[in-house]
Amino acid sequence: MSITSILIPALIVGLLGLVFGALLGYASIKFKVEKDENIDKVLENLPGANCGGCGFAGCAAMAEAIVLNGEKVTKCNLVSEAQCASIAKILGIKTEKVVKKYAVVKCLGCKDVAIDKYDYEGICDCNLAYQLGGGPKECEYGCMGLGSCVNVCRFGAISIENGIAKVDKEKCTGCGACANVCPKKVIDLVSETQFVNVLCNSNDKGAVVKNYCTQGCIGCMLCKKNCPNEAVIIENNLAHIDEEKCTNCGECAKACPKKVISL
Amino acid sequence: MIGKFVSIAIIAILSENFVLAKFLGICPFLGVSKKTDTAIGMGLAVTFVMTFASILTYLTYYYVLVPFNIEYLQTLAFILVIAFLVQFVEMFVAKMVPSLYAALGIYLPLITTNCAVLGAAIINIEKMYSLPETIWFSFCSAIGFTVAIVLFAGVRERLENSDIPKALQGFPIALITAGLISMAFLGFSGLSF
Repeated sequence: MSITSILIPALIVGLLGLVFGALLGYASIKFKVEKDENIDKVLENLPGANCGGCGFAGCAAMAEAIVLNGEKVTKCNLVSEAQCASIAKILGIKTEKVVKKYAVVKCLGCKDVAIDKYDYEGICDCNLAYQLGGGPKECEYGCMGLGSCVNVCRFGAISIENGIAKVDKEKCTGCGACANVCPKKVIDLVSETQFVNVLCNSNDKGAVVKNYCTQGCIGCMLCKKNCPNEAVIIENNLAHIDEEKCTNCGECAKACPKKVISL
Repeated sequence: MIGKFVSIAIIAILSENFVLAKFLGICPFLGVSKKTDTAIGMGLAVTFVMTFASILTYLTYYYVLVPFNIEYLQTLAFILVIAFLVQFVEMFVAKMVPSLYAALGIYLPLITTNCAVLGAAIINIEKMYSLPETIWFSFCSAIGFTVAIVLFAGVRERLENSDIPKALQGFPIALITAGLISMAFLGFSGLSF
């Protein structure tokens, strides 16, 4: 066995590699993709949770939208003030004030309180159940407790307790993914400093609400009358609290006959 | 002549389907089959790479390896050729079709070490196909791969909405499904020409 029988194969394969390498080198120049380097910088300053609460596929898509289409940074519910400021610095734009939020389930209609229309035994998914006559609950506005929000929460902040969703305020980051997935829009994002909330979503008249739920807002106006700051508005038979006027004094909650206002 | 091409097509797509009968290319088959769109994208990428890889490997084998009597280096040389081709395709797609690039993401480089592509190249040499037969066989094999992955993605999309026992959720049920589809394809193995 001569030395050439080793050298020739080595040379041939080496040459083959060299040719391919040269071609690739040429292609990398020819097909170079120009990318805005700001996108990567912005991405570094986003939370990186990829929760999808902003409506984009993930933080990378959001970063691209911020840089290329001028999307507002505050569309991300998780972004902190410091991150927001550094993104603004990268892009040379003004900062917006960040209000940290958390999710509130506006329903107290657990199994003992609210009546069911029918027994649902299908797939445990709110959006599927909702297609069957608006869900198993008699109240068409209330939480069905099938847990689509639980599945979508990346932070383990929601659980189903006695048939309705409960948010753990400590764990909630306010990303809004649960609010987006809920077919009944029963989950709301409120600012971190807001403690007093109306925990009912029903727009039905008081007499109708009384028929299917013992803990539903009947629109009796007592909260409105007792509020010293005129922060309560009654709209469509349902009380709403104006966050800007509310001082969290809790007078409305004390006055509520149905105890649907949280303290 | 035409008869041979038809029989190659039927063998490659149905009776000896790369994924479901030869069990080649299982990684992308399981990895990229969650959505039909991406499955089609992956199928097209594999079709493109497999067809061109077979041409390149054919030429490499008969015009480089055979003249120097180093056919035993075919695995090494083919991997080199395929890696080069995939890298090239990746750059090309990133520049020309960014949307497809975004959809395939990490899976395009995965074809580099895809045994289906290498397998097609080696089977072509083993069966001593001519160049047109090589191209046709590789193309049909890749179509077989695409058919399998798109069928599978369709089933998996349905699985998303079904009530699966907790222990079987995710990959276990996917593998069971793959096994069932594979058994269905076993029915084609009776076809003979």
